[in-house]
Amino acid sequence: MQRKRSFWSGGLRDSGINPQGFHPSQLKFYVVLLPLVVFMLLPIIFIFSHAFKPPDELFAYPPRFFVVNPTLKNFTDLFNKMSTSGVPVSRYLFNSVVVTLVTVAASILVSSTAAYALSKKRFKLKQTLFAINTVALMFVPIAVTIPRFLVIQKLGLLDTFAVHILPGLAMPVGLFLIKQFIDGVPNEVVEAAQIDGASDLLIYWQVILPMIVPAVATIAILTFQATWNAADISTLYINTESLKTFAFYLTTLTATTAGANVVAGQGLAAAASLIMFLPNLIIFILLQSQVMSTMSHSGLK
Amino acid sequence: MATKTGEQNLLLPPRASTGQPPAGAVRNWLNKEGSAYAFLSLYALAFIVFIVVPVAAAGLLSFTFFDTIQPPQFTGLRNYIVLLTQDEIFMRYVLPNTIQFAVIVGPGGYGLSFLLAWMLAQLPKLPRTVLALILYSPSMTTGVAMTVVWRTIFSGDQNGYLNSFLLGLNVIQEPVQWLQSPQYLMPIMILVTLWSSMGVGFLAMLAGILEINPEMYEAGSLDGISNRFQEIVHITIPSMKPQMLFGAVMAIVATFQAGAIGVTLSGGNPTPQYAGQLIVNHIEDFGFLRYEMGYAAAVSVALLLMVLFFSRVANRLFASED
Repeated sequence: MQRKRSFWSGGLRDSGINPQGFHPSQLKFYVVLLPLVVFMLLPIIFIFSHAFKPPDELFAYPPRFFVVNPTLKNFTDLFNKMSTSGVPVSRYLFNSVVVTLVTVAASILVSSTAAYALSKKRFKLKQTLFAINTVALMFVPIAVTIPRFLVIQKLGLLDTFAVHILPGLAMPVGLFLIKQFIDGVPNEVVEAAQIDGASDLLIYWQVILPMIVPAVATIAILTFQATWNAADISTLYINTESLKTFAFYLTTLTATTAGANVVAGQGLAAAASLIMFLPNLIIFILLQSQVMSTMSHSGLK
Repeated sequence: MATKTGEQNLLLPPRASTGQPPAGAVRNWLNKEGSAYAFLSLYALAFIVFIVVPVAAAGLLSFTFFDTIQPPQFTGLRNYIVLLTQDEIFMRYVLPNTIQFAVIVGPGGYGLSFLLAWMLAQLPKLPRTVLALILYSPSMTTGVAMTVVWRTIFSGDQNGYLNSFLLGLNVIQEPVQWLQSPQYLMPIMILVTLWSSMGVGFLAMLAGILEINPEMYEAGSLDGISNRFQEIVHITIPSMKPQMLFGAVMAIVATFQAGAIGVTLSGGNPTPQYAGQLIVNHIEDFGFLRYEMGYAAAVSVALLLMVLFFSRVANRLFASED
């Protein structure tokens, strides 16, 4: 699974694709990339800076981009606060953490078992089923919000904890990426285990899973982002306030309706945004090399 | 013969009684393919319930009148005819907006992803990783977390960051209601979506460029390829068509999935004078605000067909020969 090292036929090279070190010819790329990267980074820095601003800086005129006297007041306010319907903010955060952890674990199990079958098992419908999943890569969930609502209603899942978890489990991109990655595991490895008398379950658990850690990490990230950031599930399918998630709570802070609330909510919303964003960033930094090695198997033919 | 049965005993679990024929075709099939389907079952169940059934239901409902109170009534093609001939908002605002948004954000974001990935590939590993992380990070912020940031930056009073900045430079004399003005909402939506468009497809293309065997470039230079542009057109893109296609499909899906952005930014559906109204908002408008589920389903089908059409185009462009 390691990336091939790139050499010219001679020694190490410093220019062209994937150079080993610095070369003056790279300067032109830095000149183009750096301003763009700074521009892309500004809103991200703003999330951090804004969250630590005391009230007078949040409403300062003229507004200042960077915080001058950083304070944790927004965060302490946030966690001392009850929502308008009497649910403490920590409850929303707890729901988000539980929902996200369960969804990530379940999604890994569901995608990787199916991917193992589609990659290494022999059965008649194999090609057809994979082709169906490839078409489903183009699926746009937001387009079928309404029929999905009807399905969830019919199944009696409205206003349950499970509705946070179940709709996201079939992730065509996830199955696709893991399947492509398992294709890279030599068939001989599986056959050798079969000759040793290992059952399918044992092969999946002890042979395949340890070899596809990068792909599993990638699915974990994609599922994490989709679940952690999802506010619409709480909006559409949940009535009980104590079952809603942190992402939903943030949308209530930014709603423009109540006049006085907007002023009070600014600091809270800034702190909550940072809490929303930070886990995404940390997890991606930790797992980025795994993601890159998965992505080199991502080709769609 | 004796050795053969001996071998078989090592390979297969011992049968209860010897010489019994397999009990029917079902047993046979279960032995051969059963475990494959067992492994697939969890995914298949979730896939059918939450993807296949909703898509099929959208297809069926699109031929009905359904207000969620009475059972659906079959109305044939009426919804589609209304959509194409009588829905003035759809024809005047939603469709042109969607096409404008999709044409700029889709190919724009895709081209930008490829170009940035290609430039990053020319850098050594450490700076490449850091810069790729920064470019990717906006795509993690989709939705709620960014509302606070963009609403504050584009805020309509003089305290808004952009207003304050432009007032200071004397470019404008009065604060501009950025997110409430029909002429600014769409450009801001496009800018924000482009900003967050370096996602999974971008990473796939970066990985694809890095995977290309450097000998290809050597061979190319012997064949008379003299500049980087020719190199991209004749070597880089043809060598990574599968990743280009994956990136394209991801870009198309992300573009149509991003439809809620106008409502998020302006704070209401419909958006001011329908300036930021995209097809996704139109579906929600009819489905959840007017409870015309049958008509909303017809619009959903139109949206899915659009995605399918653009993916077909991408397929044509980047189909692999083998």
